Amino acid sequence: MDHAATTFMKPEVLAAMAPYFSRYFGNPSSFYRFARESRKGVEEARGAVGAALGASTDEIFFTAGGSEADNWAIKGVALANRERGDHIITSAIEHHAVLHTCEWLEKQGFSVTYLPVDEFGRVDPGDVEDAITDKTILVSVMMANNEIGTVQPVAEIGKVAHDHGVLFHTDAVQAIGAVPIDVDAMGIDLLSLSGHKFYGPKGTGALYIRRGTRVENLVHGGGQERGRRAGTENVPGIVGLGRAIALATADIEGHNRRIAGMRDRLVRGVLDAIPDARANGHPTERLANNANFSFRYVEGESILLLLDARGICASTGSACSSGSSEPSHVLLAIGLSHEEAHGSLRLTLGDANTEEDVDHLLEVLPDVIGRLRQISPLTPISARMPEAD
Amino acid sequence: MYTEKVMEEITNPQNVGEIADADAVGEVGSPACGDIMRIYLKVEGDRITDARFRTFGCGAAIASSSMATRMIRGMSLAEAWAVSNADVVEALGALPLAKVHCSVLARDAIRAAINDCRTRRGLEPWEVRSSGCDGETGHGPGPENG
Repeated sequence: MDHAATTFMKPEVLAAMAPYFSRYFGNPSSFYRFARESRKGVEEARGAVGAALGASTDEIFFTAGGSEADNWAIKGVALANRERGDHIITSAIEHHAVLHTCEWLEKQGFSVTYLPVDEFGRVDPGDVEDAITDKTILVSVMMANNEIGTVQPVAEIGKVAHDHGVLFHTDAVQAIGAVPIDVDAMGIDLLSLSGHKFYGPKGTGALYIRRGTRVENLVHGGGQERGRRAGTENVPGIVGLGRAIALATADIEGHNRRIAGMRDRLVRGVLDAIPDARANGHPTERLANNANFSFRYVEGESILLLLDARGICASTGSACSSGSSEPSHVLLAIGLSHEEAHGSLRLTLGDANTEEDVDHLLEVLPDVIGRLRQISPLTPISARMPEAD
Repeated sequence: MYTEKVMEEITNPQNVGEIADADAVGEVGSPACGDIMRIYLKVEGDRITDARFRTFGCGAAIASSSMATRMIRGMSLAEAWAVSNADVVEALGALPLAKVHCSVLARDAIRAAINDCRTRRGLEPWEVRSSGCDGETGHGPGPENG
C-alpha cells in the first residue's frame, strides 16, 4: 500500500520495452536505416506523453526522472530569465526536488517565497497573487502532494501567474493518471512527470515545456532532444514511459472510482477502529489513492516495521535518523505538532491492491497501533489496555 | 535495514511497562525529537532487581530500550552505569549508523534512572558530561564502588 513511492511495471509496458533492449538497439541519432526503429519508438512515446497532457509532441522532452525534470524546469527558467527578475514563488509542501533546487538558487542570489498552505494542504491562489512582484519570473506549485494527496487549484494558480506575465511550473509526478491534465486549460508552462509512478519504468521522466518558453539547458552535450537535453536516449525506458502514460490516462475517472472506493472504506474503517487518530489532507480535493493518518502517542517508523512484519508496505512522514529528526515538512506545514507528525502513516493504493488488502489492513493496523501505544509513555492510562506481566 | 535480531526485539519487546513502586525512574528525549525513553528500576541494596520501560520512538529506540532493560536486570548500579551504548548495540547484533543514537538514548535513560535512585537516597548523582538526543555523551567518572 505504498503506490506513491513507486508502482510495479505493467506487463504491457514491459512487453512494449522488450524489443528495444536487444532487437532495436540502434542509437536514435544514427543516420542509417537500422536506427529508425529506435527513433520511431522514442517519437511514438513523445506523442503519447503529449496526448496525455494536451500538449504538442514537440513540447515534450525526456529526462532521467521527475527530479531531473524539476531541476531543469526551475534552474532552466531561473537562469534564462535572470535579466527579467530573480524572484521565484513556490509552496512549503513541494517535493524536495523542488525545494532543494529553490534553496540552491537562493545560494546563487535568487530570492524565493515559500507560500504557506491551509490546514488541508492547499495553496491559496490569492497568496500567489500577493507574492508576485515585478521581479517574479516563476511560480512552481505541485499538482498533487505526494504525502497527503492534496490536489492544488492548479488552473487558478496558472491564471494568476499568466495574468502577471509570470511562468508557471507544476510538479505533476503524483498526478499522472489521477488528475485529468490539459496544460492549456490549466495555464501550465512547464510540467514534470516520472514514469515509475504510473506503472512505467524507473529512471524515466519528462518535462513539458510550452513552445516559446525561455529555459536554459541543464544537461549539456550532444544534440539529443532537439538540442535541449544531451545524452543518448534511454530508448526502452522512453518507450515504456509512453506505453505506461497511455494506459494510465485511458480511463482516469474509472480508475479513480475503483481506487477511491477502496480508499474511503479504508479511511472510515481506520478512524472507526482507532481512537485518537486523524486523517490528514483535504477531505475532497485529494488523490483518489491517498490516505494519510496521524496516530497520537506512537511513532511512524515503528508502525511501518510492525506492518511490514505482517506483510503490509506503507510509508511515514516521520524520519527518525541521526538524532534530532525533523518530521515531514508537509505535515508541519499543515499545522500538525511534532508528535502528531512523527505518528503519521501514509497508505497509497493502486492497481496492485484489492478489497482483501483493505480487509487485511483493517485487521492488522488497530492491533499494531494498540501494541505501540501499550509501549509508549505518552499514551494516557485511559487509552491503554491492562498491563500483562 | 534492521537485522532479524533487532526485528525480534521490536516485534516482541521485553519488559514493557511501569513499576508501580519503582525506586527510580529515568526519562530522556522529547516528542519533538521523535524519541522518549523512560526506564523504571526496582533496586534492592545495590542490585537492580527489576527494570521496565516505556518508549515512544522508532524501531531502534524500542529495541534498544528492550535490550537495555534485559541487560541491566540483576546488575549492580555501578555495573549498569558502565553499560555503554556500544554494549547495547553489540547485544542487539547491529544497528544502522543513523540509529546508533537510539542506543545512546538507552544508556542515557539507564543513567538518568540510576542517578534518580542515588538522589532519592540522598547521594550525589554521578556525573553525566553531556546529553542530548543526537550527541555522543562522555562517560561519567567511575562510580565509587560500594
